[in-house]
Amino acid sequence: MTELICIVCPKGCHLKVDEENGYRVTGNSCKRGEEYGKKELTNPTRVITSTVRVTGGLHQRLPVKTDKDISKKLIFDAVRLLDDVTVQSPVKAGDVVLANVLGTGVNFVASRDM
Amino acid sequence: MEKYDIIVIGGGPAGLAAACKAWEEGARSILILERDKELGGILNQCIHNGFGLHYFKEELTGPEYAGRFIAMLQSTGVQVKLDTMVLHITQDRVVHAVNSKDGYMQLQAGAIVLAMGCRERTRGAIAIPGDRPAGIFTAGTAQRYVNMEGYMVGRRVVILGSGDIGLIMARRMTLEGAKVLACVELMPYSNGLNRNIVQCLNDYNIPLYLSHTITDIKGQGRVQSVTVSRVDENRRPVPGSEMVFDCDTVLLSVGLIPENELTREAQIPMDRRTNGALVYENMETMVPGIFACGNVVHVHDLVDFVTAESQRAGAAAARFVKNRETAQEQEGEQDSGPVLQVQNGSCVNYTVPQSIRVEQVEKRVEIFFRVNQVYRDRVIRVMDGENQLASYPREHMAPGEMERIALPRALLDKVQSGAITVMVAPKEQAEKPEQPEKAEQEAAK
Amino acid sequence: MAGMYDVAIVGCGITGAALAYELSKYQVKTVVLERGNDVAYATTRANSAIVHAGYDPEPGTMMARLNVRGNALIEQLAQTLDVPYQKIGSFVLALQPEDQETLRALYNRGVQNGVPELRLLSREEALAMEPALSPDVLGALYAPSAGIVSPWELCLALMEAAVQNGAELRLMHEVTGVEKTEEGYALQTPQGPVHSRFVVNAAGVDAAKVHAMAAPADFTIAPSRGEYYLLDKNQGQLVSRVIFQCPSKVGKGVLVAPTVHGNLIVGPNAEPVGQGHDTATTGQGLDFVRQQALKSVPGVNFRESIRNFAGVRANSDCDDFIIREAPGAPGFIDLAGIKSPGLTSAPAIAEEAVALLQGCGLALLPNEEFRAYRRKIRFKELPVEEKQALIRRDPRFGRVICRCETITEGEIVAALHSPIPPTTLDGVKRRCNAGMGRCQGGFCSPRVQEIISRELGLPMEQVLLGDLGTVILTGRTKSDKQGGLA
Repeated sequence: MTELICIVCPKGCHLKVDEENGYRVTGNSCKRGEEYGKKELTNPTRVITSTVRVTGGLHQRLPVKTDKDISKKLIFDAVRLLDDVTVQSPVKAGDVVLANVLGTGVNFVASRDM
Repeated sequence: MEKYDIIVIGGGPAGLAAACKAWEEGARSILILERDKELGGILNQCIHNGFGLHYFKEELTGPEYAGRFIAMLQSTGVQVKLDTMVLHITQDRVVHAVNSKDGYMQLQAGAIVLAMGCRERTRGAIAIPGDRPAGIFTAGTAQRYVNMEGYMVGRRVVILGSGDIGLIMARRMTLEGAKVLACVELMPYSNGLNRNIVQCLNDYNIPLYLSHTITDIKGQGRVQSVTVSRVDENRRPVPGSEMVFDCDTVLLSVGLIPENELTREAQIPMDRRTNGALVYENMETMVPGIFACGNVVHVHDLVDFVTAESQRAGAAAARFVKNRETAQEQEGEQDSGPVLQVQNGSCVNYTVPQSIRVEQVEKRVEIFFRVNQVYRDRVIRVMDGENQLASYPREHMAPGEMERIALPRALLDKVQSGAITVMVAPKEQAEKPEQPEKAEQEAAK
Repeated sequence: MAGMYDVAIVGCGITGAALAYELSKYQVKTVVLERGNDVAYATTRANSAIVHAGYDPEPGTMMARLNVRGNALIEQLAQTLDVPYQKIGSFVLALQPEDQETLRALYNRGVQNGVPELRLLSREEALAMEPALSPDVLGALYAPSAGIVSPWELCLALMEAAVQNGAELRLMHEVTGVEKTEEGYALQTPQGPVHSRFVVNAAGVDAAKVHAMAAPADFTIAPSRGEYYLLDKNQGQLVSRVIFQCPSKVGKGVLVAPTVHGNLIVGPNAEPVGQGHDTATTGQGLDFVRQQALKSVPGVNFRESIRNFAGVRANSDCDDFIIREAPGAPGFIDLAGIKSPGLTSAPAIAEEAVALLQGCGLALLPNEEFRAYRRKIRFKELPVEEKQALIRRDPRFGRVICRCETITEGEIVAALHSPIPPTTLDGVKRRCNAGMGRCQGGFCSPRVQEIISRELGLPMEQVLLGDLGTVILTGRTKSDKQGGLA
């Protein structure tokens, strides 16, 4: 039995996950909490947010995020890839900034217009 | 003097939501005055995700959340002046503002919405002893440097305070290659959201020291080390518990203060507990026609709730302007009916609103509040003198998590004592759960 | 000899700057050597900011005479040079029965020293004038000629005027050695030697060290540190005068006073420090200051604190200022041990020093082009029409950069192109108040840094917070990542 704090929403439910019984989740208050509890013990993932260099924009950096969550183990390798990315303004929120990160099929996309 | 129906001071999430809602409610001459060079406020530097779960039912980053409201605003005729600083407001709703293009302006507003947000508590406010080298930042200032300007503020970091911005910055600095050595919290519990402890500290093995504080900062030029000490139950450092961290950076995440200099100067009555204006159920301050919403009223944890509160303010401002027009035709002030005071009972630090005009409540009124420490298995009770009006069970409550309850109008009509008290009490064995469930269900409708 | 100065002043604190100003009235080639990267680098920038009336010093001392004279001079200088100054008067409180006697002694001293309009007040009179005083107050000594000033700006204004009238200021010139030469002295600095006929030692806490470079050591400086609270403007009206407690052996006690910027200052304690530049604050020191202050003014709300700081006083082992030609070093003048009331006395000390230099053989021909006039734009204080006109002339005055203090880009740019341009955030803050408000630069420091970078052509990373070594930014994101993982 592992105790977790759910990070799916700000409520922060205290979950209990029973590894011995098919990762049964209790303490969750929604379906997504159940999924999170299972996944966190089998294949934990996160959405990564960071920035890339942008030229010609209002600011020096453009915020980006992964369009899906990716394996926790890949976080550092994934953000390192952004060091070599420079985009040119104008950019729209949702534009792909770096495609298929580390072969995961997940993309870094712009999270604002600039 | 130039005239507008509604002037909104601040173009962050609160101001945007208020202006959009006022437009939706039929107000047409609306002006937002924003001091920065773009709309969106502090959301623009909050590049992490976690925004919008309540309002948009999806997880957005700060810029995305702001972007949606900016797009919404662009579909209205709301006017915006950027790079514009409001210097002064008056009780009869004259707004003094300045910018490079228009110079010094005096604008007459039918209604004003205060949406100036908040600022961060600084080192000086908490009197951390030691040298005064460079490398000490509030978390939000560091966030701006890192996320928008693209500069690193340090390499080896100790964070004081476990507010959400500090936790978010722990992860952010780590991902940018810095080493975050510790997060130090004076209280025996964190002030940030649990999810941020997990995904910003635990994910990166950053230790959280509860009941600890920084008792010395050393450094000529740049920070060279900090001393961290454990504190006793009176929050006094315990001699002999000192740990020294070699670091070049201290980030402070030790609280936010509503930015109410304009409010105070205009002598709008304030609540000493929230550091914001006293407000009625529709976010009107004690001065007619001046409304306030978002972090300028009380500091929120979730932007979604700022949006909801600000929409209420925006709608009320639109109604105020409209009623004024009709009232002028009809002449004479209408009686606004009985006013209930909302009192803080045991364990409750403050409530918003502080007063409720029952006649103004349509179906229900939402009351926000914070508790004074961490509680498990409690019941929120709303009392009319000795009588309980409603109760709401809670498994877990903490000062870092704002509580929200909804009181149906029908209950308000029953109040005899002229005031209601919000309090937190232990769960009683004998209590039947049906009653609170019912109130909650009613509220959720 | 080329590059030969008439007078080299070591140290650009209030003493050095006042002397440079005084000398610029004459045809004297003056250079001021300052180890820091700005004027007023040490004692001058962190003290109580009080213009003392002059009842404290023993009658007959230099201190007594120069204090009373300096008090009058500062009032004129503040007007001429546009320095924030207010003659608000001061109280010394009697809180114990025995304090009443001290007050009478101070009164008598003050009368002997020539302090104008001194009065002993009853408890009722004192409370009527300052209702926030402790109800335990038994009486007070009232000195209407006491005032408050911005010490930093007074120092800057004096030095700016000196520079405009021909004096030279060399920052980051720490004097590391003094050699007697045929014509005068050679002062060693890391940037090379500076030659001068006369030398004035105005090195504050380092004055004994500098003296010993030229002459046999015959005094020591035993610095003591004073810690302070600065409170937000909502506390600034709590009292309307400087409120002292009765002086003791260690100092004038903890005071509570408004500042010229409308804040409330509370402090100091007095702790001996071994090292002359140790300006750390301590938990104990701040606790002491808080508790003492509450004895005089119980209503001070320390939750409104916006900053703590500490300053070091240049106490010597003599009871009086050390103002003289150094024995064994002809043409080398000491202005040392300038402890309280040093700030007040500075303009008078400068007059004294000029007379000493003249006695040593310095010729004093009037500088016909001398002009002392300085005016600063303070946007916030202008009437609406003038604000309008100013923005029309220069739109940068319509961009408010510091929200808490309402400081515009125009004012910051003006400071960056002033006679002694700042290069740091603190330098800008002290010149035009940007960043000294309740958020302490939280919002405006990135923007001020950008303006400094733009106006002076410095990369952002090279814009410092204040003193040498106070690096704010350690690099760019998305470029070098190794550093943090070491």
